[in-house]
This record gives sequence, C-alpha cells and structure tokens, in this order.
Amino acid sequence: MTTPMVEAIGVRKSYFGVEVLRGVDLTVTRGEVTCLIGPSGSGKSTLLRCINHLEKHDAGELLVDGELVGYEARNGKLYELNDKQICGERAQIGMVFQRFNLFQHLTVLENITIGQIRVKGIKEEAAIAKARELLARVGLDSKERHYPAQLSGGQQQRVAIARALAMDPKLMLFDEPTSALDPELVGEVLDVMKDLARSGMTMIVVTHEMNFAKEVANTVYFLDQGLIEEFGDPKVVLTSPSSPRLQGFLSKVL
Amino acid sequence: MTSNGDDSVKVVPVRHYGRWVGTVIVLIFLAMVIHTIFSKVGTGVNVCARVQGIRHCSQPLEWRFYWNVVFHYFTTFDVIHGLYLTLLLTVLAMTIGIVLGVILAVMRRSQSRLLSSTAWTYTWFFRGTPVLVQLAFWFNITALYKAITIGLPFLPVTFIHLNLISILNPFRSAMVALGLNEAAYMSEIARAGLLAVDEGQVEAATSIGMTRGQSLRLVVLPQAMRVIIPPTGNEVISMLKTTSLASTVGVIELLGAVTNISAANFQVMPLLIVASIWYLIVTTVLSIGQFYLERHYAKGALRNPPPTPLQRLRDDLKGIASKFRTKRGVSTGVSA
Repeated sequence: MTTPMVEAIGVRKSYFGVEVLRGVDLTVTRGEVTCLIGPSGSGKSTLLRCINHLEKHDAGELLVDGELVGYEARNGKLYELNDKQICGERAQIGMVFQRFNLFQHLTVLENITIGQIRVKGIKEEAAIAKARELLARVGLDSKERHYPAQLSGGQQQRVAIARALAMDPKLMLFDEPTSALDPELVGEVLDVMKDLARSGMTMIVVTHEMNFAKEVANTVYFLDQGLIEEFGDPKVVLTSPSSPRLQGFLSKVL
Repeated sequence: MTSNGDDSVKVVPVRHYGRWVGTVIVLIFLAMVIHTIFSKVGTGVNVCARVQGIRHCSQPLEWRFYWNVVFHYFTTFDVIHGLYLTLLLTVLAMTIGIVLGVILAVMRRSQSRLLSSTAWTYTWFFRGTPVLVQLAFWFNITALYKAITIGLPFLPVTFIHLNLISILNPFRSAMVALGLNEAAYMSEIARAGLLAVDEGQVEAATSIGMTRGQSLRLVVLPQAMRVIIPPTGNEVISMLKTTSLASTVGVIELLGAVTNISAANFQVMPLLIVASIWYLIVTTVLSIGQFYLERHYAKGALRNPPPTPLQRLRDDLKGIASKFRTKRGVSTGVSA
C-alpha cells in the first residue's frame, strides 16, 4: 500500500485558549477527493490551513506525502523548518480561498505566471505558455489581459484555481471556494473542480455544497466542535447518517 | 437638448440667482487682485522740469510689485544655484526618509517586540521634537561626537570609523537632519499602506510558495503604493519648502540665496517673490508627476482609470467644437 497523501493523527490547535481542533484523525488517499463538511466554527478551515502550514498545529502528527508538515524528524528530535523550507513544501500544495485572493495589481496572466517565474524559476515564455493552457482549461483564455477587478466572482475563482495549478501541485486544498459567489456563478466553478477531480488530482474541499460532495467526493468527513463526528462514503454518510449531530446538520442545510 | 420643432414644449432651466451674484462678486474681486498685482505706482520722488518758463512736476511710475527687479534676479547664478541645492536637498532627504521609513514600517509590524518598539520609539522621538531643533542638533553634533566608530561593544574591533568634523558640512548635516525627521513621518505613511493591503493577499502569496520577503516585495508593496503615494507626494512638496529651514544652519539654498542678495541691496520683497515663484513652479511640476505616478500604481484597482488632464482637455474641446457646429446648423450627429 502506498503512503496516503495526507495523514492526520490526533491534530490539535487552539487560538488564545480556545481549542479549535481537539484531536483530529484523517486520511486522504492519493487521487481521491475528500470533502470536509460541518457547521461554521467546527474547525474545517483551520484543519485545511494546518495542512498547508498557514497555521501551526499545537499537537499531534500531520503528514503530507509521508513527510511531517513544518518539522523534520532527525535523531529522535523534531526540528522546526525555516521559512524557505516551508515555502518549498507549500509550493507543492495548491490552495484556493473563499475570497479568491487574486493579486489585484497583476493581470490574469501575470497572476498565473508570477509563482512559476519567481518561485519555481521557470523561464517567462514557458510560464506564459503554461498559463495560457491552464486558462483555456478553466475556460478563460480570452481574459488574460484583464485585471481581477474586471472579472466576475466565478471568473476570479477559476483564475485562482489556474494560479494554484500552475505550480504543479500534488495536492489541492479548497477553502469554501463557492461560498462568496452569487448562486448562478457557483456552477461554473464546481464544473472546473469536477473536471480536476476526474483528472486524478488529490483534493481536499471544505464545502457547503452537499450535492457536489455526494457526486464527486470519495470520502466525506463531518467535523463538529473540533472533532470528526462521522466519516465515510458520501452516499452512506449523507443519506443515512448515524450520528444525531450530522442528522441535525443535514436537516438544516439540505 | 432642445428640439427645433414648433409644437415642442420649451424647457426652462432653473435660474440660480445666488450663483450669478456670487460669480459677479468673485470676478470683480479677481479683477481687482490682478490689477493691483500688475499696477504701477508713483515712486514718491518728484521730478521737475522747467519747460518754456512753466514748471512741470511729475512722479515717475514703477511696478508696485517690482516686477522689473523680480525679473532681473529671477535667473541669476546665485538664485539658480540656490534652487539646485534646494532640489538636491529635497531629493536626498526624501530618499533617506522613504528608505528608512519603509524599513521602520516593516519593523513596526514585526513579531519581535524589540524591533516593533524600537521603531515606535524612533517615530515618537523624531515626530516629537521640532525639525528646526533637529537641524540645529545635527549641525552641532560635533560638540558631542568628534567621530563615530562602529565596532563591537567592549571589544577592540572596529568596522567603520567616521571623522565627523571633516565629513559634516552644513549641507550634509541638514540632509541627515531632514532625512531622519522625514523617516518618522514616512514610516507612518508606509505602515498605513501595508495595513491597507488585505491579509488574503499575503496568504495567497505564501500558498504558492513565496517567502516572506518575496510576498512583501512582489505582492504587498506594489499594492500598498496606491495608498502610500498621495500622502508621500504631500511630503515631497512639504519637504521642498522645509529645506528653507536649512538656511538657518548656513546652507545657501533658494531662500538662503535670495536672503543674501536682499541683505546687500535691501530689495527684500522682490527677492521673496523670486523665491516664491520658484517654489510654486517646482510644486506644480511635482504635482503633475504625482498624478501620473498615482495612475501607474492604480493599475488593477479601478475598472476604468480616469482620463489624464490632457485627454480631458481634448474631450472638452471636441465637445465644444461639436456643439458649435450643431448650433450653426451643420449637425454632426454626435451629441455632446
């Protein structure tokens, strides 16, 4: 059996004395789509941010691709990685944010090439070629000279996905990618994500789109108050949940 | 738009009587101001001559504002050299201020309490004392230090040794004083700019693997510039005029130059006018530069950037031209 892409064992995290994650166990298999669902404040986003080391977890083990996130184990001790090493790890993990966070001062094309050129050291022509290819893939090849402020929310989010993909990530994290969108724009973003899932990308998606979870996810995790309440096949978990909390949650969102 | 048809209803615009009265008053006032500035008055000295046995007396007239004197001194070598020193001092002091100010702003946001409180204390000190005092302080610094030696404390290791007495002339001490003072103000301006950039931008930058330095340089600062430039333009213009204080420590910049001239010929007012006109000219040029710089850094922030004054002027002229043509009955089909 190959090592899982992400493995969390008893991960804990607290902010100012409030425990947001209270010992989370999670396994994400390569090439699979995992959805994290749960009420707001349940720790879904925090878990995602810990995987990308945007937040530091306090206790427990977190492994991406078989390696500890943010630390290196040597001679029975854990050494904290420096800024540059962490950046190297992050560059291999793509992240898509709720509020898109496109670089406002750069054109669509520059948003997608800047990481390739400045972080990966790719030549400009090659980076542009790749950016154009990705823009075609998300259906925005006509918008490369636009600035983010000139695009709709759905278009911005598709550019954000292209920006993350440009770094050739082995794992993609989505933090409520459709929550800030007008209802009629949700579909175009979900379509791009479904397409990505079909191509075999390993994805962790924090979402409130239950239909997307049902249709695309291989595994669904339900978080509540910093703990995994229930997980498994979405067709089972989302249709006949066993925990009363999940039953209550689903009755509210469906 | 009025229609030419006979059966059309005529639209009567609202009459703004108050506005008309105000306009007339202001126009009269402006005419008076311009007239008095460019008027001639008697010199107070009677010049008499006897022509065919009759004594004629008259007073020769002279510009009230001594424009002939102003014009005479406007481009003399001393004035131009003073202007050069003013510009040089402004550029150098602002450069020190901006570079140090950005460093202080970044320090202020540091996780390290020592760094952030050091930056805070710097701003507190240099904003809290008058710039004239600081100028005098740096001019007289050699009373405290004859030389500056940078090395390791308590150890006989020296990296840099500066002999202040030979290095510090009035110009350089003014440059240091104005630059260090400016840094305190620039740090607050830069900090406001950094705060104005959404935190999500840094997260996005780090998520694609940029280091802290890269995200600051490539993502945060370019966007902060939009907020930083307008108040910085203010600071440059303010610095241009603050350099006149350097005349108190013996720098013969623009004000120092005209003061020297008027001390010799007692033409105080005309020479102050010479200096004022030069300050106004430079300020105007700086304002135009600021406009285009702001436009450059507004990239991506606005869906449609506003037209430049030249473009606006061209559009206005086109509008007037087309109105004029339609009035004469040659309708162009383009409505204004």
